[in-house]
Amino acid sequence: MNITEKILARASGQKSVKPGDIVEARVDVALFHEKAGPGFFENFEKLGREIWDKNKVVVVADHAVPPSNIYSANCILETRNFVLRHRLPHFYLGKGICHQIMAEEGFVKPGLVIVGADSHTVTQGAFGAFATAVGSTEMAWILAKGSLWFRVPEAIRIKVEGSLSEMVFGKDIIVKIFGILGIDGATYKTLEFMGSTIDELSIDGRMTMCNMVVDAGAKNGIIGPDQRTCEYLQYRADAFGETVQSDSDADYARTIDLNVAQMEPQVACPHSMDNVKNVREIQDIKIDQAFIGTCTGGRLEDLRAASRLFRKHRVHPEVMLVITPASNKIYQRALDEGLIQTLIQAGAMVTNSNCGACGGGGMGVLGENEVCISTASRNTRGRMGHVSGQIYLASAATVAASAIKGKVTDPREMI
Amino acid sequence: MVIQSKVLAKLGDNIATEMIAAAAFVTSSKPEDLGRIACKGIDPDFADKMKPVGVLVAGKNFGCSSSREWAPVALKAAGVRLIIAEFFARIFYRNAINLGLPIVECPGIFEKLEIGDDVEADLEKGLLRISKSGECLKISAMPKFLIRRLSLGGLIPELEKES
Repeated sequence: MNITEKILARASGQKSVKPGDIVEARVDVALFHEKAGPGFFENFEKLGREIWDKNKVVVVADHAVPPSNIYSANCILETRNFVLRHRLPHFYLGKGICHQIMAEEGFVKPGLVIVGADSHTVTQGAFGAFATAVGSTEMAWILAKGSLWFRVPEAIRIKVEGSLSEMVFGKDIIVKIFGILGIDGATYKTLEFMGSTIDELSIDGRMTMCNMVVDAGAKNGIIGPDQRTCEYLQYRADAFGETVQSDSDADYARTIDLNVAQMEPQVACPHSMDNVKNVREIQDIKIDQAFIGTCTGGRLEDLRAASRLFRKHRVHPEVMLVITPASNKIYQRALDEGLIQTLIQAGAMVTNSNCGACGGGGMGVLGENEVCISTASRNTRGRMGHVSGQIYLASAATVAASAIKGKVTDPREMI
Repeated sequence: MVIQSKVLAKLGDNIATEMIAAAAFVTSSKPEDLGRIACKGIDPDFADKMKPVGVLVAGKNFGCSSSREWAPVALKAAGVRLIIAEFFARIFYRNAINLGLPIVECPGIFEKLEIGDDVEADLEKGLLRISKSGECLKISAMPKFLIRRLSLGGLIPELEKES
């Protein structure tokens, strides 16, 4: 079995499972935020059930915090009231994006079943957990029962080899893969990443890669845990055992071999995440806004990459650069390292940590025909605001370089 | 569970939830408010087209992108009784069923149905019948427990029934 099958087998009390099997898996961590919660609160209260295990529920207000409109404000209030009513011990308000908090605060471990009412819950696959997304209503079921049905997915194995060049990151790898797979190329499937490049990739880079799998239609993304995983999670490697790695003879529906040694920085162009080009091919496209943030690309590695370019350059006078660190801890580390100073001096707007501009809820909404280059994961029409807005997706280095020149720019030109 | 209805609208491939319920138009999460803005960015007349209540036909990967339930809520409130698609994005598939919005996956269907066509979907038998041609197509199997959930009206009615 591969790692996903092993986790689902163990979680449903079976010796083994195969693709297509329907299983009932116990849930180890249930996650929701303030925009998903209100979708089920009323129904859950009407049912009058007890929450199966309060310690396994994580609630994070992160989508529009602080809120920019009454609807968003009410969402936060309703969520906080639900948390207080049920005395949920793990509630985070204004501390950062839920998927970053999950990793930082120790809720993720290899081998766990993590279900969140947010697509990017898949991020936690970077740590060798089975992490997937459901909608709000399904969360009511999980809170009542502590388990959920799944169809065991087929898996696509993606083996990545070769050393990444300077200014090329995990974001570039996953965008490249999108160009190969297409946005429905992994529908209902697992995307399992392995290979020497992945072994060498930082946790930040692995999280970026697993984060985006949902937008190729995948049920989950996963990377087998290793020493790097242990160090990040401060987890004991000897507790892993053999059960959280794929067998060498595991079955895959498809195998993709990718060598990234010569890979250039990549960009996903409007209006689809699989409209992928080398940055060099689309240089000179003028931009209005640049955004570095989100659960996809707002981590320390991203801020460091951007700051490196801003030590010698300023934000173009016609560009609005918004920087939204993925968590307060990242923000504080960035302050300690002088990165925030560099970014502000260069002309960036640094906001508090939350989802911000990503979903069009505030802190960087796009106006009519506005062009944005962003470290986020989605460029679907209307995602960040006006339906005519155009979103290019790239690494933080590429976004920073573009913010400096005022047009889409290969970051390698800036070093 | 058998649904007989008329095709009232047709949408293409890769329709994202961001387009089904665009954040720019959402001011409340009440179903009736969401229904009014359903698919507004793609087709400004969508809500009017669905008023008589009927079938929406879609291409591949319908409901992709964000997991927001506004999308199936908006469609159901606008008058969509059944969605027939080439295939659905996985989160939308689950959300639609959980909210009691019947869905059918039928590869090849997009070319075969036009607005105004009458159809009959039998979920247990796994068949879709097109009245004008008499053609009977196989639909992708839906697990029995999910058909039951749909016929009860969704996940919450199912949980209520348990109590």
